[in-house]
Amino acid sequence: MSPRIVVVTAGLTVPSSTRLLADQLAEATSTQVSALGESVETSFVELREVAGELATFMVTGGIPTPRLTELREQVATADGLIAVTPVFNASFSGLFKMFFDAVDPDSLTGTPVLVAATAGTSRHSLVLDHAMRPLFAHLRAVVVPTGVFAATEDFGSHGLAERITRAAAQLAAAVLSHGEYAVGGFAPDLAARPRRTSGTPVEADVTPFGDLLRGHSGSGQG
Amino acid sequence: MQFGIFSVGDLTTDPTTGRTPSEAERIALMTKIALKAEEVGLDVFATGEHHNPPFVVSSPTTHLGYIAAKTDKLLLSTSTTLVTTNDPVKIAEDYAFLQHLSGGRVDLMMGRGNTGPVYPWFGKDIRDGIKLAIENYHLLRTLWREPVVNWQGQFRTPLQGYTSTPAPLDGTPPFVWHGSIRSTEIAEQAAYYGDGFFHNHIFWNREHTEAMVQLYRRRFEFYGHGAADQAYVGLGGQVFMAESEAEAKRVFRPYFDNAPVYGHGPSLEDFTTMTPLTVGTTEQVIERTLGFADYVGDYQRQMFLIDHAGLPESLVLEQVEMLGTEVVPVLRAEFERRRPAHVPSDPPTHASLVAAGADAPHHLVEPAREHVERLEAEQAAQTAGVGA
Repeated sequence: MSPRIVVVTAGLTVPSSTRLLADQLAEATSTQVSALGESVETSFVELREVAGELATFMVTGGIPTPRLTELREQVATADGLIAVTPVFNASFSGLFKMFFDAVDPDSLTGTPVLVAATAGTSRHSLVLDHAMRPLFAHLRAVVVPTGVFAATEDFGSHGLAERITRAAAQLAAAVLSHGEYAVGGFAPDLAARPRRTSGTPVEADVTPFGDLLRGHSGSGQG
Repeated sequence: MQFGIFSVGDLTTDPTTGRTPSEAERIALMTKIALKAEEVGLDVFATGEHHNPPFVVSSPTTHLGYIAAKTDKLLLSTSTTLVTTNDPVKIAEDYAFLQHLSGGRVDLMMGRGNTGPVYPWFGKDIRDGIKLAIENYHLLRTLWREPVVNWQGQFRTPLQGYTSTPAPLDGTPPFVWHGSIRSTEIAEQAAYYGDGFFHNHIFWNREHTEAMVQLYRRRFEFYGHGAADQAYVGLGGQVFMAESEAEAKRVFRPYFDNAPVYGHGPSLEDFTTMTPLTVGTTEQVIERTLGFADYVGDYQRQMFLIDHAGLPESLVLEQVEMLGTEVVPVLRAEFERRRPAHVPSDPPTHASLVAAGADAPHHLVEPAREHVERLEAEQAAQTAGVGA
């Protein structure tokens, strides 16, 4: 199966410069993966379409609404993630954060992530490093070194395309060196295959009660 | 099958009048609900337990003891008893005492349902929630089953030569349910001891409830208590009824829209689709409730939430009346019609547990222990066989 890239974009308008940047990043990543001899499957998550469901999820303590459940599953099974947000008041948008508050904390462990943001001015560019990287570090994702920031003026310059290509190449390499696409080494590398979950299904493998009771049965041992 | 009312005991402003009942009024209303439940032929009344505002239900056995004195048949239960922050020694004493007062009309539901700060107020750490539920319940079982207890666990002062008094009525501990919305460890715990599993059901989608109940059923069978479809399952439900669906929605909507748990979020219609909430006629409630058995299997106890979100006394008591006179008689007949002969109608009661005798598995601290040891021995023999 080809690696699957999920593009999460938090743009609010149509057309959206955030979506425009997301499209370019997805296209560039696809090109880079192809250059390495694999094809890629890309799907887009437009957060605007689930804004209402995200609010429901928040105020009900996590009712799994149908569309959001599907998106959580997509994120938890992605081989790579491209996350793009507009900058609102010096950080990622509230909608963007709501989505990543609604994914399971174990859904992105070890997953390559490309971070990108748009804003009216380049003075917001540190959002990539001061807001987005810490968020994905907390989720134990692997953020590729190059993040892509596009101020409005960048859509009229050469530098943006180069940064997009560089970031896409890094994401493509990271995706192909992860999971089933990696060439196996000699030693078992447990860190390379972290347990990921969307958090939605009830885990079928329950810890046997004998293990849960160990140290708590009152015998003073344990 | 048993039907009843469960209350979380919240003190909430009536959004249609802006009036907040006093604590005395709220406690009195809960008592009236219980008495009405018996009057109209319901089987169970269960009270929540909380130790912070906006709740009034800090002392369940005091309340249930009072209700016991005013009723004859009503089974008194909890929804839930906080097994994490309560001292299991006190739970053992209080509920055994309530058994004696009520003539055995008691069972309990264990739960962790607590807001964060309640743990430190009672000297506990919320991150130990599951471990506390496991250790404290094991001690509770032991206190009800062994005359003299020597105990040393992780969370409580050790016990040396301790005897819990009074001993359970007729030497028979009450039946216990374990309630959990999403912790598989709690479903496993209920299965291990052969206890009941209760799913609150009302805040989440049916697929999730189904998965939790099926997990419990599968493990109940694994631990040798009977077939999966014979496990003891209880469900919550949430209803509001009127002459017509339109009238029910008109009256209930302001309460729904401002409710503490889901208010200001999804619409009444969306929440009705996502969860078992049914706002409509008694016929609609009957049809929806009968459908629960299609996904959790034939079950033994159905509880309804009817008194939250600031609903006034007159409306609440009317709901109890409708449940007792119009809804439950039909549910009883229909649920029995679809139930296979080998699936019990009722969960164990004091009478049935006494009738089962002192040698019944209920009297063992760990009824599944022998079964598990046998499974392990068989597995070891098999492994050895393969090795040779």
